[in-house]
Amino acid sequence: MKKLPITELDSFLKSLNMPVYLPSDDPSGQAKFTRWAEGVQLTQQLNTVRSAKDLFFPQMENLVDFKVQDQKIEIIEHRNVSENFVIFGVRACDAAAFEILDRVFLSDPVDGYYKERRDHALIVTMACSAPEETCFCTAFGIDAADPKGDVTAWKTEDSFFFRANTGKGEKLIAGLADGDESAVQAQQAQTREILSKLPNGKLDLTGFDGAHMMEKFNDSRWKELSEACLGCGTCTFVCPTCQCYDVREFNTGDTIQRFRCWDSCMYSDFTKMSAGQPRPTQLERFRQRFMHKLVYFPDNNDGVYGCVGCGRCLQKCPIHMNIVKVAKTIGGEGNG
Amino acid sequence: MQEVKQKAIELLQSGKVQRVLGWKTGEFFYDLTPAVFETVEEIKKDFVFSPFCGANLSKYLIAESRKEGKIAAFLKPCDSYSFVQLLKEHRIVRENVHVVGVQCNGMCDIEAIKAQGVKGVTAVRQEGETLVCETLYGEKSVPYAAALSERCKTCKSKKIVLFDELLGENGEDDPDCGRFDLVSKLEAMTAEERFAFWQQELSRCIRCNACRNVCPACSCEKCVFDNDTLGTANKAAANSFEEQNFHIIRAFHVAGRCTDCGECSRVCPQHIPLHLLNRKFIKDTNELYGEYQAGADLETRPPLVDFTQDDCEPSVVYTRGGNGK
Repeated sequence: MKKLPITELDSFLKSLNMPVYLPSDDPSGQAKFTRWAEGVQLTQQLNTVRSAKDLFFPQMENLVDFKVQDQKIEIIEHRNVSENFVIFGVRACDAAAFEILDRVFLSDPVDGYYKERRDHALIVTMACSAPEETCFCTAFGIDAADPKGDVTAWKTEDSFFFRANTGKGEKLIAGLADGDESAVQAQQAQTREILSKLPNGKLDLTGFDGAHMMEKFNDSRWKELSEACLGCGTCTFVCPTCQCYDVREFNTGDTIQRFRCWDSCMYSDFTKMSAGQPRPTQLERFRQRFMHKLVYFPDNNDGVYGCVGCGRCLQKCPIHMNIVKVAKTIGGEGNG
Repeated sequence: MQEVKQKAIELLQSGKVQRVLGWKTGEFFYDLTPAVFETVEEIKKDFVFSPFCGANLSKYLIAESRKEGKIAAFLKPCDSYSFVQLLKEHRIVRENVHVVGVQCNGMCDIEAIKAQGVKGVTAVRQEGETLVCETLYGEKSVPYAAALSERCKTCKSKKIVLFDELLGENGEDDPDCGRFDLVSKLEAMTAEERFAFWQQELSRCIRCNACRNVCPACSCEKCVFDNDTLGTANKAAANSFEEQNFHIIRAFHVAGRCTDCGECSRVCPQHIPLHLLNRKFIKDTNELYGEYQAGADLETRPPLVDFTQDDCEPSVVYTRGGNGK
């Protein structure tokens, strides 16, 4: 275990000599992953509005340009990440979300754009010490007091404590002084006490699996659950595991820019095909989102759910409909 | 609260309505969802009216009033303005709706409570001017005024402008609510400062469309920004400020029809003060065409779709823009 006084964070980040992204408050007072420079302060808040997935899977990116000149077409690629970078202060839920995204983007066919960023990133996670009532990471077996990543950090009143989990991580913190683990253990005990009391921490997901797919799909209660849904994309855009995107082309006049951007299953043109929209009403779109996270994804991925319990959708949905309400309405008996 | 719930039960039981539009209880005290209730049992179990019923129900009536049977809708003052405006635009089938006016003392916002440094809130109770919060970390108190939703701090009116029956007392307009104060501040800025202000705000937009989808004035069957065939879908922004395009066009489109209900800013996950764009249009309309409040009544002709010989000339933009620019 290594130790660093909080007052020395800036000089430590500077000494890393590579781009660092950390959660910092934006002008509205909410936290956002921000490129660190001297003066950029680590937030005091629990988590960012937009998740850390943005750094691997940005909302919009150019994939390739086709430049047309006379009879020639030049193809310009945009895979240009070559520099290592650090994401500092990732919470356990967001770090667990990376593993879910990896299952999508790193399985065959591997997504080169995602992989390049992933390969060049060093992840420093930050243990939680004050979870919110909207957190339910424990339901997915995530320990917010001991998150994964290349390095795990704990922040106490006056110090950071670091533990390397990988070789990359070890190099990153090699220069720091050794620290005593007792402060970390005390904080973990306190945090776990709170985690055990989270109102939705023991969310029962029994029955959300491939074997019950049609039963869940045909449940009559999707109607009442989706009734008030506005069909906006807030839940999908703040979600650390939502990974759907659209690929489009833009004609600049002499160049075709092929880009991809986040898509939302809540939108009316999502997966629209020449034959039309396969999910004609909000009920089907709404059902798609939760079936994907709670049934299809685990069915295709060894039982791993497409949710990490970060609670962002609980906080941000304009009409307060979310995965916890869905799971409790059509889910396991154990939810009381 | 009990009175509202009782009224909902009574309306269903008497057969006066077949459905009730209200707010449904959630996992916490604050995460209430707009819902349609069809049985007394559902109402007894889940119907809530509390200071966390911020959601404006009027827009749901576009679809609900077209269904069979009559629906009762509980409308707060803000919601009643939206309702009237939608009636004026022929978007709601009036005879299928029974409006119950409910008074409002300002709605609370859980994010405002949390901005006071209160974490892990699991319950609240009001003690005079204080909101006592039970949290995972013990009890914390915040002043009730600090828990109010931003829009409720400058409430324009406690008047329920249209109702079939009213619970409690009707209120009055408040011309001194100060809702244009921030707009005046923006007007006093130089063009560069104002540009910087909006750039900073709008560059946070993630284009989730929550503002548009919740907006009672945004009731187009198909939004131009969803129109794939027209090439205006605009799914990705070319730069961090391109979203201004969407917001400015939206503000223009709802000009003269926006009742200033504030739902756009309430739902914005990025806390962009979108209502300020609409308020600027309202303020300008008031100054150029005389005081006008959208949704205040069914009769007045909206200034932007009316013509009088006294109307200002389009050239007014030059003099108002300052420096002839």
